[in-house]
Amino acid sequence: MPLVGVLALQGDVREHVRALQRVDAQVATVRTVEQLDEIDALVIPGGESTAISHLLTTSGLRDVLARKLDEHLPVFGTCAGLILLSSHIADGRSDQWSFGALDVSVRRNGYGRQVASFEVPLAVDGVGEVPGVFIRAPRIDAIGEDVEVLASLDHGDGEHPVFVRQGSAWGCSFHPELTSSDAIHDLFVRSIST
Amino acid sequence: MAHGENSSVIGTARVKRGLADMLRGGVIMDVVNPEQAKIAEDSGAVAVMALERVPADIRRDGGVARMSDPQMIREIQATVTIPVMAKARIGHFAEAQILQSLDVDYIDESEVLTPADETNHIDKWAFTVPFVCGATNLGEALRRIGEGACMIRSKGEAGTGNIVEAVRHLRTINQQIRRLQSADAAELFALAKDLQAPLPLVEEVAALGELPVPMFCAGGISTPADASLVMQLGAQSVFVGSGIFKSEDPERMARAIVEATTHYQDAAIVAKVSTGLGAAMKGAETATLEQRLAERGW
Repeated sequence: MPLVGVLALQGDVREHVRALQRVDAQVATVRTVEQLDEIDALVIPGGESTAISHLLTTSGLRDVLARKLDEHLPVFGTCAGLILLSSHIADGRSDQWSFGALDVSVRRNGYGRQVASFEVPLAVDGVGEVPGVFIRAPRIDAIGEDVEVLASLDHGDGEHPVFVRQGSAWGCSFHPELTSSDAIHDLFVRSIST
Repeated sequence: MAHGENSSVIGTARVKRGLADMLRGGVIMDVVNPEQAKIAEDSGAVAVMALERVPADIRRDGGVARMSDPQMIREIQATVTIPVMAKARIGHFAEAQILQSLDVDYIDESEVLTPADETNHIDKWAFTVPFVCGATNLGEALRRIGEGACMIRSKGEAGTGNIVEAVRHLRTINQQIRRLQSADAAELFALAKDLQAPLPLVEEVAALGELPVPMFCAGGISTPADASLVMQLGAQSVFVGSGIFKSEDPERMARAIVEATTHYQDAAIVAKVSTGLGAAMKGAETATLEQRLAERGW
């Protein structure tokens, strides 16, 4: 059975670990290069993208993970994880970098600050309806032609993607790990098991 | 509960507690101006607490400590991309309304400021913005959660640079949770009475083996080792007040505490970041204090 790592530098690591365990995945947390070498897929959790990117650099994980993503390590990023996987960040810090595993442009806090955080039901391809929990979420403003859209939303600002996939890289603006619906984690785990 | 566009809902317990979940494993730093906020963000802070004076200075200056000037909160919001928190006085719901109107991301109903109500805390369910509250024991934590708090932090003894009170609070809460876990259903009624806490929350904690909201640590953290200690005692993140900007080299101290909070289980990393840091804040022995902030709130 493939071993799914959860990047455990900062964020809602525990919620991802529990969701993955509920869909019977084998799970390990990743804080070091040695731990990163042992896994077959990686989840990058929600959290603060500036803090996680800082810790990726100081831990030495950044370069190793960049290489693994180039070699198509299956990866799933939620919220901050999506920002880190994107190819372009709008409204971020001027020095903010990202892995570019997903050809998408994201806008940090694109739906507003915390008082604008919201829940909305979402229809996800191949899954059905799931609760969408958006917390200071990044908004996907543009996607490349190789990017597949698995769910989209019209939040009064035009329909736009909220869950995307490009090859072995997956990302969503919302937090499936904060809900009891494990369908999206199940879909990701099944995609790496086959 | 307000409805936005389409069928979306803002201010739910899940999005309010969810932001606290996103801050897990991180460091929330007290800052008094945009320059400090920038240093905090550059050093890997997950959020900043905007306030006019850090607790050590509030303690030194005396007088009534109140909510910060909206102008300085706005300047800090304009400077950083991470969440900005701010403090309201215990029971001062009008200050909280102002902070919510400023779009702060979290409100700390804080004993560091002078309490405005001797009996009642703020009805936190009435707000869209989430609240964090301090607690010294499980009963106090559950009363705050009952009032709508979405994150609990130990109170510690703010502004002292002394970790002893925070450790007492964390250990007390953990011990009281273990006691609930070992109780049978009949005993929970009496335990709820002893804790002076709502029975449904007592039952929830007995079943979960932890608080239903994230538990962070605040009060007296001044070194990377302090951060590692409280994380090992079950805190899920740390608030650092005076400990960073009252130290000799704030930027290095900030980075070191961030590293130690992430790698708290790896003593070699904590040792490395603790090396050559310069002086931590001077600190105070709690037995000599004239004003115990942790005794504010109930």
